[in-house]
Amino acid sequence: MTSALSVSAPAAPEGRRPRTAPGGRRPRTAPAWVWALPPVAVLGLVFLYPLALVVRESLAPGAYADVLGSASFRDALVTTVWIAVAATAGCLVLGFALALVIAFVPFPGAKAVAKFIDVFLSFPSFLITLALLFLYGTVGMANGIWTDVTGAATGPFRFLTTPWGVLLAEITYFTPFVMRPLLAAFSQMETAQLEVASSLGARPLRIVRQVILPEALPALAAGGSLVLVLCLNEFGIVLFTGAKGVTTLPTLVYGKAILESDYAAACVVAVVNVVLSTGLYALYRGVSRRAGA
Amino acid sequence: MLVHSRTGRWTAWALFAVLFVPLFALPLLVVLAASFSTNWSGAFPSGPTTAHYAAAVRGESLQALTTSLVTAVTASLIALTAGTWAALASAALGKRGRRIVDALFMLPVAVPSVVVGLAVLVAFSQPPVLLNGTRWIVVLAHTVLVTAFAHQSVSAAIRRLDPMYEQAAAGLGARPSYVLLRVKLPLLLPSLNAAAGLCFALSMGELSATMMLYPPDWTPLPVLVFTATDRGSLFTGSALAVVLMAATLLALLAVSRVRTKASYR
Repeated sequence: MTSALSVSAPAAPEGRRPRTAPGGRRPRTAPAWVWALPPVAVLGLVFLYPLALVVRESLAPGAYADVLGSASFRDALVTTVWIAVAATAGCLVLGFALALVIAFVPFPGAKAVAKFIDVFLSFPSFLITLALLFLYGTVGMANGIWTDVTGAATGPFRFLTTPWGVLLAEITYFTPFVMRPLLAAFSQMETAQLEVASSLGARPLRIVRQVILPEALPALAAGGSLVLVLCLNEFGIVLFTGAKGVTTLPTLVYGKAILESDYAAACVVAVVNVVLSTGLYALYRGVSRRAGA
Repeated sequence: MLVHSRTGRWTAWALFAVLFVPLFALPLLVVLAASFSTNWSGAFPSGPTTAHYAAAVRGESLQALTTSLVTAVTASLIALTAGTWAALASAALGKRGRRIVDALFMLPVAVPSVVVGLAVLVAFSQPPVLLNGTRWIVVLAHTVLVTAFAHQSVSAAIRRLDPMYEQAAAGLGARPSYVLLRVKLPLLLPSLNAAAGLCFALSMGELSATMMLYPPDWTPLPVLVFTATDRGSLFTGSALAVVLMAATLLALLAVSRVRTKASYR
C-alpha cells in the first residue's frame, strides 16, 4: 500500500454515518476506483476481450443467415429451451417437496441428508449421466431386473439416448440447487405461524399452500431462475448421453468448432446462447436481490 | 412440525425415500459398484475386481489425475487472489461502481462454459498471445470460470463483515495496509477457505471448456472419464470417476478442517 493512503483520519461525525458505507473512510487521496482497475483489466484481457472476438467472428458475412436458417440450429434451440424449461419445472416441484419434508417433517438423519445435498453440488454433472447408464442403460439395473423377472431378451427402458434421458439427468443434478435456498428460507421461517394455522384446524396441505408457499416464493424464484440458466448452459450431461439425436446449443457450439472446425458458425451459436442465458441471468440477479438471497 | 398424525408423518417420509433414494443416493452407489466390477448384465453387477483401480493409478490415468490437481490448485489460487482483490476493491466503491464491478465478475457464471472455452480458444490462438496447444490455455480457462465463484462468495462475506472492526483499527491509527492484512483478511479467512474449496471442486470437475481446449499432453481427469465411456469402457470410466470424486472430497475435507481452525481464532 502507498503512503498516500495513510492519511485517512476518520472525523468524529463520521462515526454516525450509516453502516452501509463500509469503513466510512471517504477522505483519502488515492480514489477507490484505482484499486478496482487491476482486476478489471485482467478480467478484460482474459474474458471480455475473448468474448468480443467471438462476437466479431460471428459477424463474418453470411454467418448469421446460414446458421439461423439451418434446421440443425433451430432444432438445437428448441431442444435446449424445452429441456431447460421442463427440467426447471421438475427441479422446482421435486426440490420443494424434498425440502418441505427435511424442514418440516424432520426425521433422524435429516441433517445428514441436507449435508449430502451440499456434497452432491460439488460433483461434476456428467457423473449423473454415467450413473444413469448403469441404472437405465441397455445393460443396466432396471433392464436387468426386467429381463430377470419376465425372461424377455431385452428390457423396456431405452429412453436414455433421447431428450428424456437428458431431462432426467438434469432434474437429478440441479434439484439440489433449488433445495439449498429453500432450506435456508425455511430455517428462517417462524414456526409459530405453522402452529397457529394448525391449531386453527388447517390441514397440512392447506398450510403448505397458504402459509409456506408464499414465504418460499422468493427462494423458489431465485433457485428456479439459476437452474434455468444452468440448464441452458449444460454441456457435460448432454455430451455423456452420447445421443447423436440430442443436440443443444452448447453441444452445437462444440460440434461446429471442434468437430467441423467451422468457427464462424460456432461463434454465431455461441452469441445466441450467451444472449439467451445472460438475459435470464440478469433476471435471476434481479429476483434474488429482491429476495435478499 | 407440520404433520401431526403418525400415519401422515410416515407417508411423508416414505414419499421422501421413494424420491430421494433412486434419484440421489442410487447414482453415486451404482458408479461405486460399477467401478469394482467387470460386468453388469443382470440386476446387479458381477465379476468383482480391483483391476480398474490398479489401472487408474498408473500411467495415463495417474498423469490425468496430477494434471487435474495441478490445474485445479493453480486456477483456484489465481482465482482466489483476483476474486478477493476485486471484491475488496468493489466494496470500497460507491453503489454504482460496485454494481458494475460485481456484474462484470459475475458474467462468467452466466456465459456457458463452452462459450468461455470457445472465446479463450479464439483469442489465444492468434497473436499477440499464443497459448493454443499449451497447458496454460486450460489453466487460464479454468481460472476465468472459477474466479466468478470466488468473487461471489468473498463479496458476500465482505457484506456480512462488521465494519466496526476496521473502523476501530483505523481509529486507533492503523494504516489501511495494516487494517487489510491484520484485520480484514483474518476475518475473511473462513470464507476464503470455503471459496477455495468451491473453486477447487469446480475446477476438478470442469469438462465443457476443457473439451474445447485441452492439448494432448495436458488431459485432465474428466476428459479421460469421457473418452473412456465414449469408447465403451464404462467400468474403467467409473473407476476414474470415483478417483475424481475421492480426490475432490479429500480436498474439501482438508479445506473444511482448516476452516474450523481459523474460525476459532
